[in-house]
Amino acid sequence: MTSYYEASARERLADLLDPGSFHEFLPATERVVSPHLVQLETPAAFDDGVIVGRGTLDGRPVLAAAQEGGFMGGAVGEVHGAKLVGLLERARDEKPAAVLLLVESGGVRLHEANAGLIGVSEIMRAVLALRSAGVPVLVLDGGQFGCFGGMGIVARLCDAIVMSEEGRLGLSGPEVIETTCGVEEFDSRDRALVWRTVGGKHRYLLGEADALVADNIAAFRKAAISLLDTKPDLSIEALTTEHEKLGARLEKFGSCHDALDIWSALGIEAPEGLPLLEADSFVAKVAGRRA
Amino acid sequence: MDARTLLEKLFPNGSEVAFDGLYFAGTGESSNGKVAVIGSIDAAPIGVELAFRMAGEVLRIVREYPARPDLPARPILLLVDTQGQRLSRRDELLGINGYMAHLAKCLQLARNKGHKIVGLVYSEAVSGGFLASSLLADRCYALPESQVRVMNLPAMSRITKIPLERLEELSKSSPVFAPGVGNYLKMGAVNALWEGDLSQRLAEALDVPPEGDSRRQWGEERDGRRLARGVAERVRHAAG
Repeated sequence: MTSYYEASARERLADLLDPGSFHEFLPATERVVSPHLVQLETPAAFDDGVIVGRGTLDGRPVLAAAQEGGFMGGAVGEVHGAKLVGLLERARDEKPAAVLLLVESGGVRLHEANAGLIGVSEIMRAVLALRSAGVPVLVLDGGQFGCFGGMGIVARLCDAIVMSEEGRLGLSGPEVIETTCGVEEFDSRDRALVWRTVGGKHRYLLGEADALVADNIAAFRKAAISLLDTKPDLSIEALTTEHEKLGARLEKFGSCHDALDIWSALGIEAPEGLPLLEADSFVAKVAGRRA
Repeated sequence: MDARTLLEKLFPNGSEVAFDGLYFAGTGESSNGKVAVIGSIDAAPIGVELAFRMAGEVLRIVREYPARPDLPARPILLLVDTQGQRLSRRDELLGINGYMAHLAKCLQLARNKGHKIVGLVYSEAVSGGFLASSLLADRCYALPESQVRVMNLPAMSRITKIPLERLEELSKSSPVFAPGVGNYLKMGAVNALWEGDLSQRLAEALDVPPEGDSRRQWGEERDGRRLARGVAERVRHAAG
């Protein structure tokens, strides 16, 4: 079993999709690098930290992108963002069964902050336009850098999110909050606190993630296959339901200080034991208790 | 410019807008008819409650003012003054990114139902707060004196370990990382700066026919973002 967390973006794609089916667009041989990094004498990458292409999943055509956390934490720059936008627009032309986003990103790349921010905004618009056209977008989140910043918003614009316990999802990363607001607000070195605040299990319990799987690529693959028939729904009924759900979350958990308080409020016995459970037993234990 | 003065200039024929804390919403009379207004003041940090409230207002507008045979769907004007997303552990615990995404989805619903969405940065727009507001409009405009950024240069220098002097030097010729509404104009995120008669600018913006996301094209035409359009196009049409 290959760990999703430890694997590179390329390894994840190769093992997630049907064997040998992945074909990359604008591969590293095309050498599309970020001129902005070059200008700042910062090492650049020939794929700008994201791999985009097509393949099949369970025999069905998909388009897929994988961000490489090993390069600048998967941060979005001009080229990186444009590759994702191009892939999402291609999906509007081709109507594959789904688009898979293997996210791993700290958000906007500061070396090209304006271009990155605008790029993220274009990704957001492209995801929404694609879903409006009926193509589902599925997110897989289990990499070392998690999914933060604007990519955290992008992830929640999609149809479904698959996470491992090791995956993290949020907007402002713990380090950013600690640096800005102080260690009393968020101690980013307190790993247990970080995991239970932004980690996969809490996101699953809250209803932010749709599936929680063990940290191996095969488990992610299985979950992605099971979600292939998701039908995008941006109707007023669907969004009203989502609105009510988010409103209820604020009402019920708005005064909670810690994930443990939320898990207790969900009626889970001995919530402090949840972080220790393996994915399968965790999912079984919390069945029917998710928000 | 403060929000009340701005509303008077945008809607000389009158507006009914209710302020509540950092949030406001209501209706203005433009020469093209009624416009729904949603906004914030005092460089509001956008946290879960504010994003939720704005989304609720968008849903209400979609429900109550849809397109009719004799009247188009009511346009939405976003007037959001924000210092960025609210930085707190509680917001993260509650899934602030999900609340912002919800707002974005509600605006997409409005767009799909024919509501025009105009964004005007009238004071400040920063990072995640910008992403979750004016950048979601069909077109985003700004007042010339407004401030737009991801991060100031000293903080950027600390994090990237690039000397501040180097960043300051480069920012004279490159719009790509430094704060400034002019940079966002050049890169295509801001369509135009509004000067002169603001009610007239609004009327012109409301007359723009629906279009796709053209920001890459504007960025390229203005020589501020030379790669984004071409790279996206290559991926879209690559062989295989």
